[in-house]
Amino acid sequence: MFANLKLSSIRRSWDTAIILLLALVLIFASATTGTFLTSTNIFYIFSNTSEIMIIAFAMTFLIILGEIDLSVASILALSSSMLGYSYVRGVPIWGAILICLATGTICGFINGYLVTKLGLGSLAVTIGALALYRGIANGLLGENTVNEFPSAATDFGLKSIGSTFMPRTLPLILLFGIFFALLLHRTPFGRRTLAIGQSPEAAKFAGVDVVKHKLIVFTFTGFMSGVAGMVYTFRFSTAQADNGVGLELLVISAILLGGVSIFGGIGTIWGVVAGVLLAGSVESWLTLQEIEAKWRTIVTGILLLISVAAPVLVQKSKARRERMALKKSG
Amino acid sequence: MAAKGDLLLEMSGVQKRFGGAVALRGTGLKIRAGEIHALLGENGAGKSTMLKILAGVHANDGGSIKLGGKDFVTGSPEASIDQGVAVIYQEPSLFLDLSLAENVFIGRQPKKGVVIDWKFAQSEAAKLFKELGVELDPKRQARGLSIADQQVVEIAKALSMNANIILMDEPTAALSASEVSRLMTVMRSLKSANKAVIFVSHRLDEVFAISDFITVMRDGATVSENPVEKTNLQKVIKEMVGRELNEMFPKTKNKVGEVVLDVHDLTNPAYFRNISFTVKKGEIVALAGLVGSGRSEVARAIFGVDKYESGSVTLNGKDLPKGSPEDAMARKIALVPEDRRQQGLFMIAGVNRNISMESFNKLVDRGLINFKRERALTNTWRDKLSIKFANQADPVDRLSGGNQQKTVLAKWLATDPDLLIVDEPTRGIDVATKAEVHRLVNQAASEGKAVLMISSELPEVLGMADRIIVMREGRQVAELSREEATQEKIIAAATTGKRGA
Ligand SMILES: Nc1ncnc2c1ncn2[C@@H]1O[C@H](COP(=O)(O)OP(=O)(O)OP(=O)(O)O)[C@@H](O)[C@H]1O
Ligand SMILES: [Mg+2]
Repeated sequence: MFANLKLSSIRRSWDTAIILLLALVLIFASATTGTFLTSTNIFYIFSNTSEIMIIAFAMTFLIILGEIDLSVASILALSSSMLGYSYVRGVPIWGAILICLATGTICGFINGYLVTKLGLGSLAVTIGALALYRGIANGLLGENTVNEFPSAATDFGLKSIGSTFMPRTLPLILLFGIFFALLLHRTPFGRRTLAIGQSPEAAKFAGVDVVKHKLIVFTFTGFMSGVAGMVYTFRFSTAQADNGVGLELLVISAILLGGVSIFGGIGTIWGVVAGVLLAGSVESWLTLQEIEAKWRTIVTGILLLISVAAPVLVQKSKARRERMALKKSG
Repeated sequence: MAAKGDLLLEMSGVQKRFGGAVALRGTGLKIRAGEIHALLGENGAGKSTMLKILAGVHANDGGSIKLGGKDFVTGSPEASIDQGVAVIYQEPSLFLDLSLAENVFIGRQPKKGVVIDWKFAQSEAAKLFKELGVELDPKRQARGLSIADQQVVEIAKALSMNANIILMDEPTAALSASEVSRLMTVMRSLKSANKAVIFVSHRLDEVFAISDFITVMRDGATVSENPVEKTNLQKVIKEMVGRELNEMFPKTKNKVGEVVLDVHDLTNPAYFRNISFTVKKGEIVALAGLVGSGRSEVARAIFGVDKYESGSVTLNGKDLPKGSPEDAMARKIALVPEDRRQQGLFMIAGVNRNISMESFNKLVDRGLINFKRERALTNTWRDKLSIKFANQADPVDRLSGGNQQKTVLAKWLATDPDLLIVDEPTRGIDVATKAEVHRLVNQAASEGKAVLMISSELPEVLGMADRIIVMREGRQVAELSREEATQEKIIAAATTGKRGA
């Protein structure tokens, strides 16, 4: 009991801490790099984190539930490929977009079905799904890429609103952000999500249909990966099978950095938004400093480790005494 | 070694704060060798905190603690063990795959050269069990042992580490009557071995049956210290609560209406067979029996948390689908489960979050939870059940045991159910609130709800129930009306399966 108590209060301060840390990074970056706080660079930070943000909104729910989906980047690629594939075969763009979103939703549902109805572990299922969906995308497009899309679509992906720092995708992301923040923090659905993560058994006694709930969350994580697939396609004006390789790790690390507990049960949407922007800002600063990509990957890795390890380490040292006591009693 | 009656431990002016909340504000406690010492007080009075300080879980902020005249080192469980203090937790956590002897000597296996001397360990364990008056087989696995027997193993372990002071925080809360009397035997053996036993209990009849000395706490301070001959039940209650308490089981006679719950031939071979009974509107039916007789499993099957193999459950004349708590809730059934920590509460979530968990339909406004209404709901139930907490958003983990239990009750009473199933509803709850819970349950019945109550406390069963169904080893062995029921009849049916004299 003490361990949990400590962990939760550290977590709670962690997502405020991460917002402060974001502010510090922004101040530091703009002080050391003149081009950091320019509207072009801010545009790029928002732009480059679009897909991560979109998927993270949904995946936050999954991780809070105590599950995970490693196949989100493959779903992104498959739905992007479906978009390109159907568009070059004469499907109108809105139809292709619907196909793209439906693909994501179906993939998410399949993951959820395998995990909940067959009782397989989400790690194992989604590692399999990661290979499978990417494989289907490869089968569909092979080495080909589709890069002719209507200009309305690519403008949406590429351009800013007027001459501001805001990408045209930003309102969509904001809308999703508000939606998922309300869903997690203000609705019974969100409360049940947290409850399941904190204690699946107590959730069952509270009349929560845990299986159905998880299935829904897996499905909308798939849907959001489809949305990310669409944004990615238009942003790079490219539909191809290897879109977004490795993106799942960036999503997961941003979520954990944002204070969501890897053990489930704890997390906030604002923490996750800060986590994504923090990772995006650090990445951008490193790019402006002309630091090579491999070093940037290392930094991402370190951030991930810190975000997973820090709360646990703090809790360990603080709660050592209490845990010793519990052990002694046993 | 201290002689009988020697002052062993003296705590005075002990203080403890948790953040802003004061748990102990200058508490005193004197413990003598060869004494069974009861520590009493309302929920949140600070009893567990006192024991945790002695156990080394917490360090005190102020005051003095002397053991055998020397300063007692707090804040480290190892140090407490070295100083001869051992804790027996309410629900011991033995290593289930190991033998009892291995459990007793875990981490300190007796050696012959380099090999562990299991023969010796077994004979030592057997000797300890015998001393305690409970002959358990040291070679058997811990798995399948009742909670009461697990406690005995823990006590043996404490003795093997030469503990002189044995702490028990509500050891009888999860035990049935016959197990309680066995634990009392064990406590008396400890006493005659000149050990001191400090125990906390809200079952005052037990307290007066066994203890030599009673210390009463209120709001983190000691209010009285008396040998048991110098005090009595009324006095102790008054000291705990700060006022007189009138009737303990205010039973009302209700108009009994049509059948609400009809359980027919319910069978889940692992736990119970051929269970059939009804509960009518306005009626309180109790399921009595030993812990492990299948009562809780029947309740869980009705609510749908567990499935059952055959039989049927009908609510208000319509079949209730099996295995679906969602449906049960939609049909207005509430189950206050047996294990508050695992089943009843989300321990790291706030008190408000826990209380509102089943009442979203009253709190949601255009799809969103209205925080103002959630606060109001929490306040309403805090007042009704006098739940003690500092802030609404405090994790329930920080509440005292009894206040956690009240939180579970609040969460389910707030749903205003047609059928209220309560499994050990007053476990760990103090006398005053116990009366209040009984009043609320009675009130629910008088409002036309059907109540199914599981309780191991016979006075509670006799005081509350209109009808009593006794279970033994998964079977329904007797049904007694309120008029014919006595403690003896219930115990006879629960232990021998006969309807008794
Ligand atoms: N870890 C903690 N953090 C904050 N407050 C705590 C903590 N532990 C106990 N308290 C507070 O200290 C007070 C005393 O709690 P304690 O558990 O000692 O009560 P108790 O007398 O054992 O009650 P009960 O009969 O309900 O078990 C309570 O108000 C409780 O909320
Ligand atoms: Mg307590």
